[in-house]
Amino acid sequence: MSIILKTEKLRVEFTSGELRQTTKVALGSLDLEVNVGEVFGFLGPNGAGKTTAINVLLGFVPPTRGAAYLFGIDVRQPIARQRIGYLPEMTYYYKFLTAEELLRFYARIFGLPRAEADKRIDQLLKLVELEQARKRSIKSYSKGMQQRVGLAQALINNPDLLILDEPTSGLDPLGRMKVREIIQRLKNEGKTVFFSSHELGEVETVCDRVAIINQGELKATGRVSDLVAQHQANLEKAFLDIIGYQTQSAS
Amino acid sequence: MNTIWALAGVVIKEMYRRKDFYVLFVLTALITIAAGMVNFFDDPKIVRYVKDICMLLIWISALLIAIVTTARQIPAERESRTIFPLLAKPVTRGQFILGKFFGCWLATGIALLVFYVFFAIITGSREQYWPWLTYLQAIWLQWAMLAVVIALSLCGSIISAAPSSTTTICFIAVAGILLFGGHLNMVALHQSQPLQTIFYTIYFLIPHLEWFDIRDRVIYDWGLVNWLDCVLATLYAAAYTGLFLLLTWLGFRRKSLNT
Repeated sequence: MSIILKTEKLRVEFTSGELRQTTKVALGSLDLEVNVGEVFGFLGPNGAGKTTAINVLLGFVPPTRGAAYLFGIDVRQPIARQRIGYLPEMTYYYKFLTAEELLRFYARIFGLPRAEADKRIDQLLKLVELEQARKRSIKSYSKGMQQRVGLAQALINNPDLLILDEPTSGLDPLGRMKVREIIQRLKNEGKTVFFSSHELGEVETVCDRVAIINQGELKATGRVSDLVAQHQANLEKAFLDIIGYQTQSAS
Repeated sequence: MNTIWALAGVVIKEMYRRKDFYVLFVLTALITIAAGMVNFFDDPKIVRYVKDICMLLIWISALLIAIVTTARQIPAERESRTIFPLLAKPVTRGQFILGKFFGCWLATGIALLVFYVFFAIITGSREQYWPWLTYLQAIWLQWAMLAVVIALSLCGSIISAAPSSTTTICFIAVAGILLFGGHLNMVALHQSQPLQTIFYTIYFLIPHLEWFDIRDRVIYDWGLVNWLDCVLATLYAAAYTGLFLLLTWLGFRRKSLNT
């Protein structure tokens, strides 16, 4: 199986303080591999380093050491992002634009021809159920609608790899279900989905494989069913075992 | 270039969908019309007075639109987090900066055109005289000057994350240059060392925005500026704009953006 996303001994340090004397290690030495066509869950408690890893993959943060690749291309090169879609945790898109204008803007960035962009915009607005609201400015959208327009923008270029950072965070159960359905649909279409989440039930439902990180270190990786069998519990219990929560509470 | 124009298009849409421009235009129009209706001291040359007020308002309004629009661009992108899905696409940071610059510059140019059309209608209706070439030179030179101001504001918005502080600092700097920039060499003459060197250095380093101000030529109808001087002034503005954009890019290209 070919690898679509890879990190090699990825280390990220942040310095802070007036004299930059304090160094915080956000990622220790992360090795990850995601295969084509799989839905990969990236799990960890708050502050574990999930978002930092995603930030490196998207070129927002330079790695201190190691490297990251998308489609075999170093993530520091913008062309590595030509075939990906990204949905950040919670974003307030340009409020003065309508959903249709927003998608047309992103389509122009990818250089989609007008006719193809029109077709794609229609398909996506139907997929995220925003056809009725396509001409309304985004400022009038609910949180769930904003997240769905975000998902539509992430899919505008028909990406082969989708990176979602806590896509259901802050959504009501209906909104979560819709996002989950879309992920499932993308999986059926053979797309690769890499997403971070705190919703372990959701991860258990849609993911083929997961990686669990804690304090910047990779603690476990494998198929959800294998992890569950190994820990003789559901994913939540396995997750808590892996990050050492029980050990801490016992001591 | 497609990416740069796409980015610029969003900035232009933002300008005409926000109220700032309309408020400034209505204020300028109201003050100018009110000033035109008052006949101080029965002066038959009241139209010059109206021109003077209108031009001053156009300059202040254009500066406000340019600085306020530009200063909020990058901080607003970060605050609303729209910068993340944008830079997650194949957009380089250089394209992002250029897109923002051209967007702000074109938006300000459109606003400037509307202001000048209003100015031409008001003064032309009183004088029955339209010196179009003088207006063309005035608008072009002012727009070239605004390119420097916009690049400077963009650079400031990389250093300071708060649009209000960037706006205030840029407005003070630009007003300072416009009012005192041309006199710094004279001030330097009367200083002892090391102040003299400091004043001279500042004089030769700052962009002389006051050179682009040909309001008096428009108001008193002194005729056209030499076209070669216009070209040189344009090149001068382009050089400073390029310098400020380069500094902005250098400051932004390695900046960590944490979601």
